[in-house]
Amino acid sequence: MISLVLGVETSCDETAAAIIKEGKHVLSNIVASQIDLHKEYGGVVPELASRNHIEKIIPVIDEALNTANVELSDVEGIAVTNGPGLIGSLLVGLSTAKAISFGLGIPFIGVDHLEAHISAVHLERDVSFPFLGLIVSGGHTSLYLVNGYTDFKLLGRTRDDAAGEAFDKAAKLLGLSYPGGVEIDRVAKKGNRQSIKFPRPFKSPQSFDFSFSGIKTSLVYYLRKYPNPQADQIADICASYQEAIVETLVDKSLNAAKLNNLKTTVISGGVACNSRLRELATEKFNQEGISLYIPSLEYCTDNAAMIGALGYFKLKRDEKSELNLNPYSTTRPRYIRGKGLVLENKPV
Amino acid sequence: MIEEFHFHSSSEEHTIKLGELLGKLINPGTIIALKGDLGAGKTVFVKGIAKGLNVEEEPNSPTFVIMNAYEGRLPLYHFDLYRISGANELEGIGYEDCFYGKGVSVVEWADRAEEIFPESSLTVEISIPKEGENNPDKLRKLKFRGKKQWLSSFKNSVEQASLA
Repeated sequence: MISLVLGVETSCDETAAAIIKEGKHVLSNIVASQIDLHKEYGGVVPELASRNHIEKIIPVIDEALNTANVELSDVEGIAVTNGPGLIGSLLVGLSTAKAISFGLGIPFIGVDHLEAHISAVHLERDVSFPFLGLIVSGGHTSLYLVNGYTDFKLLGRTRDDAAGEAFDKAAKLLGLSYPGGVEIDRVAKKGNRQSIKFPRPFKSPQSFDFSFSGIKTSLVYYLRKYPNPQADQIADICASYQEAIVETLVDKSLNAAKLNNLKTTVISGGVACNSRLRELATEKFNQEGISLYIPSLEYCTDNAAMIGALGYFKLKRDEKSELNLNPYSTTRPRYIRGKGLVLENKPV
Repeated sequence: MIEEFHFHSSSEEHTIKLGELLGKLINPGTIIALKGDLGAGKTVFVKGIAKGLNVEEEPNSPTFVIMNAYEGRLPLYHFDLYRISGANELEGIGYEDCFYGKGVSVVEWADRAEEIFPESSLTVEISIPKEGENNPDKLRKLKFRGKKQWLSSFKNSVEQASLA
């Protein structure tokens, strides 16, 4: 029976490795952030990202082994993100995992980055199934029905921009620095949430899909009407804009939890670090008697511990990947016009 | 001969219809350089092109992943260079395979890497015009510029569909 799993994550900004015992105990969780590098560019630059992953991946894995006080030969299985993300970046982690797997003769498993974000919750507490999972990050906004450790059903996703993307683009419009979401959260604390009425795109209560491009467009219109806002006005804009996004995320999730009769919800992903989202979600889910779990900041942002956790539960079920496994860029299953969500998993 | 003309759009649905008519006429190897500010409706227009190409899937923003590929009457490669600051950063993305293959490449934020576009590219510029503030029929302006022979048929089909 497998116990020690090495998790590897290189889907976007972070080069990360972790050693996980029995899917729940974090022996080490190493993240080499590339955020400083990307700051001057106002976003993630893919070519820079993959080049840096190549430089950092082996030192980061070494560090994970040292911190956990284990030898590479003690590792019994490898879990690696193979999508969604930047293809060039994903390939660095995936190729490294394949090489170690082949070299040591141990199994490896490719895992979905978004499903792994949900699995982060198992690192800190026991959660009973089924539960609702909301993943919010720079590239994704997705709702899942989670029936087991390896059983995820996608309920809905964003039809246009991700919530984190809406934050990042607004920050750019307002001349704030990168990472935009963190800046808006900080500046919004000084502003009035009610000062500007931005739209709450809810669509129908039956749909679990999100849409954030309308909020972004309304900010564009607002800034055309009131150009060059001063610091206190920027604070009000940030607070109001953030409130529109956060309220939409919380209300949609709450509705999805109720309609699916779920008593527990997990929110994870980089945007789950947003202080207002944490506050409002806690308040509204409490009112409805639904337990809400949001992993600690280190497990909400991209990390390899969550990859190791999900990988462990898959390997335990004897799921393994072949050496010809490909990376993929977009969320699977895919959303097909007129048919809704279609389950498939073919590489791009 | 270079064709250049523009249409106005009154809504998201209208922009999608314009994209759909373009998608129906588009031929293999077409490269579309899409320009316009944040919130102009570039991704909305691509949703229309996808529909016209009989792509079943509905594209969403590729800002995070840089490129998404879809299957339809022709393959559709949907790029977004928002996070890119120059052509040199596109090394390793493999855009040449898409540009010079049998599919259709549509590139949002094309102005971030002008030099990668061949002369035969079609340029579509979407703007939010001042006159739209008082005239709901002119919420967006879509300017088309290119050498493609089918552009005049596109212009005709838009006029015939009363979408001009």
